[in-house]
Amino acid sequence: MPRKIDPKKEPDKGVTRRGFLGSVGAGAVAAATGVAHRAEAVPEITEPDEMVQVALRINGRTHRLLVEPRWTLLFVLRERLALTGTKVGCERGECGSCTVLIDGRTRYACMTLAVEAEGTEITTVEGLLDGEELGEVQQAFVMEDAFQCGYCTSGQVVAAEGLLRANPSPTLNDIRHGMSGNLCRCAAYVHIFKAVDHAAELKKGGRQ
Amino acid sequence: MTPDKKYWVEEPVPETPAPSEYPAPWKNTEVVGTRLPRIDAYERVSGTAVFPSDIVLPNMLYGAVLRSPHAHAQIKKIDAAAAEAMSGVQAILVPTSPEVRDVRWPLYRGADPVPLLSETCRFEGEPIAAVAAETPQQAADALRAIEIEYYVLPPVADERDALADGAPAVHDGGNRAGDPDRYQRGDVEAGFAAAEVVLERSYHMEYQIHAPMELHGCVAQWDGNRLTVWESLQGAFSIQEQYARILGLPLANVRVVNTYMGGGFGSKLQTSRASILACLLAKMTARPVKLFATREEAMLVTGNRPGVDIRLKAGVTKEGALTALEFSGLSSAGAFSEGGAGLNDWLVKDLYTCANVKCENLLVHINAGPCRPFRAPGHPQGAWALEQMMDDLAVAIGMDPIELRLKNVPAVSQVRGGQPYTTTGLKQCMVEGAEKFGWKIARKAPKADGHIRRGVGMGACLWIAGGGGPPSTIIVKMYSDGSVNLNMGASDLGTGTRTVMAMVVAEELGIDPAGIQVENADTGTTQFATSSGGSKTVPTESPAVREAAYNVKKQLLEMAADEHDLDIDDLMLTGGAVVSRSDPNAKFPVTELQGLRRRRVVVGIGYRGPNPEGKVVNPFAAQFCEVEVNTRTGEVRVLRFLGAHDSGRVLNRLTFDNQVFGGISMGIGYALTEGRVLDRGQTGKMVNANFHDYKIPTAMDVPADMSSVVVDLQDTECNTTGAKGVGEPVTIPTAAAVANAIYDAIGVRVPDGPITPGKILEVLAGQEKEA
Repeated sequence: MPRKIDPKKEPDKGVTRRGFLGSVGAGAVAAATGVAHRAEAVPEITEPDEMVQVALRINGRTHRLLVEPRWTLLFVLRERLALTGTKVGCERGECGSCTVLIDGRTRYACMTLAVEAEGTEITTVEGLLDGEELGEVQQAFVMEDAFQCGYCTSGQVVAAEGLLRANPSPTLNDIRHGMSGNLCRCAAYVHIFKAVDHAAELKKGGRQ
Repeated sequence: MTPDKKYWVEEPVPETPAPSEYPAPWKNTEVVGTRLPRIDAYERVSGTAVFPSDIVLPNMLYGAVLRSPHAHAQIKKIDAAAAEAMSGVQAILVPTSPEVRDVRWPLYRGADPVPLLSETCRFEGEPIAAVAAETPQQAADALRAIEIEYYVLPPVADERDALADGAPAVHDGGNRAGDPDRYQRGDVEAGFAAAEVVLERSYHMEYQIHAPMELHGCVAQWDGNRLTVWESLQGAFSIQEQYARILGLPLANVRVVNTYMGGGFGSKLQTSRASILACLLAKMTARPVKLFATREEAMLVTGNRPGVDIRLKAGVTKEGALTALEFSGLSSAGAFSEGGAGLNDWLVKDLYTCANVKCENLLVHINAGPCRPFRAPGHPQGAWALEQMMDDLAVAIGMDPIELRLKNVPAVSQVRGGQPYTTTGLKQCMVEGAEKFGWKIARKAPKADGHIRRGVGMGACLWIAGGGGPPSTIIVKMYSDGSVNLNMGASDLGTGTRTVMAMVVAEELGIDPAGIQVENADTGTTQFATSSGGSKTVPTESPAVREAAYNVKKQLLEMAADEHDLDIDDLMLTGGAVVSRSDPNAKFPVTELQGLRRRRVVVGIGYRGPNPEGKVVNPFAAQFCEVEVNTRTGEVRVLRFLGAHDSGRVLNRLTFDNQVFGGISMGIGYALTEGRVLDRGQTGKMVNANFHDYKIPTAMDVPADMSSVVVDLQDTECNTTGAKGVGEPVTIPTAAAVANAIYDAIGVRVPDGPITPGKILEVLAGQEKEA
């Protein structure tokens, strides 16, 4: 569930979800998205190309855009905001290529509707950079050669980041569990295990 | 069966000029052979690398393909009127549309091309219609609105059913895909008569799906009659030719860009019917079209490693000499072949010394997606049979399995009329690998700890190719400030091609590889290269890269010799300067050479020269593993793996080891979990066309304890860098090694792969019954 939007916390917000839904009335909201409970009048059906406005907080920046309620966060990130670091691999929550952090926790962007993600802090692989400098996990992935083609790597990096935020000192078994939602067909797993371990040390200011 | 040559140029290649001069083999290297992180790692970990599926163009439409939901059907009627009227829909193609009616999809050698969109559906997923719409969701809606009536026909879903009486015919004229492919040398009957032990066994292996993480597809854009395609591929140039041929365009009007790509494993050596449809939709709408497969579509239609049924008979003397091998194989390329069927018997014919060999391979059609070349076509299948047989023979004569193999190591390729290998490290791979693995101790260790049994196993292999060869044309430029650009046509599949080639340039020019700009795999800006496949990219490209860099160096040395009146033979290039060997004080930065200052660039061109005549360049390997089998649940845990590989000189040890571990992991999947499941005897549909049900290895399934042993015999004949291929041998003996370890653990064979827990429990139950 997305947290409820507090307009006071986001003073620059032009249209609140509640206000917007109220103003457009019936026929505007998907019934199955988990946001419907916040609408005053819950409509049964939304026409496919009817759009709703959302404000998405991505990598510290707010993006306001119109989306179809059925659009996934993955689609919006890649095809509408051109944040293509987040990859598409299966679109059914099985491969992890689209892993992002939502409020600091690892989530599959293909299993998250854009409208659901409103009011959350979304971090993509691009958001792990500090300016042009690589983050610790990214540095460790470079040093340990923890990828081959690099396509699943964005998801792997973000999953590792989420794992280390939740568990700063993972054991090998923790790492394997933590990374098991992210497939790598080149199978750089052995180097990925090393990289996550290495990143844990970098985050603590250790081994360079 | 002829070798699959999708990643070769078909005819002999005299067209590239021979290399001007062969640089002598390297002795000591500064850069080559080190563990160097990739020079393009930043792009790949930061999300800034633009893969073909990342391309977003202004005004771009999204394409989608309607595919047959039936394994075998005939279309009665298609009505796209409702779909055409839908919001956002810009173009629809059905089999009768004038834009597509005459477009043919070429199949593997010899077979007649098929229509791009078909009214006869011979496999689940065969394209029937295509749509372009403003969003992918609208395109998917439109596909659902196309009304189709089918005559659903009975399918044949398994190669073992294809030749049965009354089996449904995939094509007119029956299900045999040509005559059986036969091979014979010596006299197997005499060989078996001379044997002291003769064993005969049946083996089966399932169809494996490539499943690269980036899906198959493209973004197509027209500018008048010029086409640009960003596509996830293993080579830009052969696909440029494919587009030009299918669409009737001059090569100069087709630009294929493939700078990054997200894995292929053989499935991206060709474009696909869907990508041609994207071009047609883009032409019709005068807008760019993005069309990528869904994961389900990719599982159904973008290729597979054909499953096999093998009967293998082998004879051996008590001293361990192989006296005869007789192989018979049945396999299917699917409804059509898109390459990669065959070679199942290559290892039987060529891995071990045996005078009497007879092989027969039969290929049949079934109603399933076409095969495509898959990482060492045929070899893992052949190894599955041969390497299990070798272990059984060793048991039968009471010999260690490695010792038996060592008694049969050939120095020549028996299939190629006894031509010698430039180098063969087969013996060293087994001996040094066994040593590092601790084979003797592990083999003798107790097998049982309650219901958990432990075992170790190994397998060996060669790969039919892996020597590379012409053509390749490479350009290396030095700019006026001494920085360097490397221009090459080859794709980097994630194997580190860009990094490795920059290392070769760095070695030759005495500079830092990280500073080298690499442009590659773009038919608009780089030179022809064969596709990356066949474990041949490094041995093909690296000598040409070396020669191009060498030619830059030569020009710089000539400039220095000329400008400062020095003896060129006394000069070397290092640290951005021409230095005299005899007088270290005579040092001339390249940026101060008048020739470079005035011309602003020095260009060196390198060509790939021919391989040595009358010799064979192949890589060799042996892999070792330890497993635990839970005899109550049938689960297998792979505890550790070691790969010992003779791939000639290793140019980057870091990316090399990564490939060894990756290939082993893929082989573990082949051994234990992967296999296409068709609804045999009923609908024929694939029931596991997703990552939940088709299980590729995850972080939980591969051992963290993997090691790599390099066997480098310093091959000075194969080419000027001494490198042979590695990408395929790393996955050839793996599954067989796992099978042998499981046998060592539980004492009974599971010849029917993948070895799932259910099959283990079944054989264990059978064993108890016998006891």
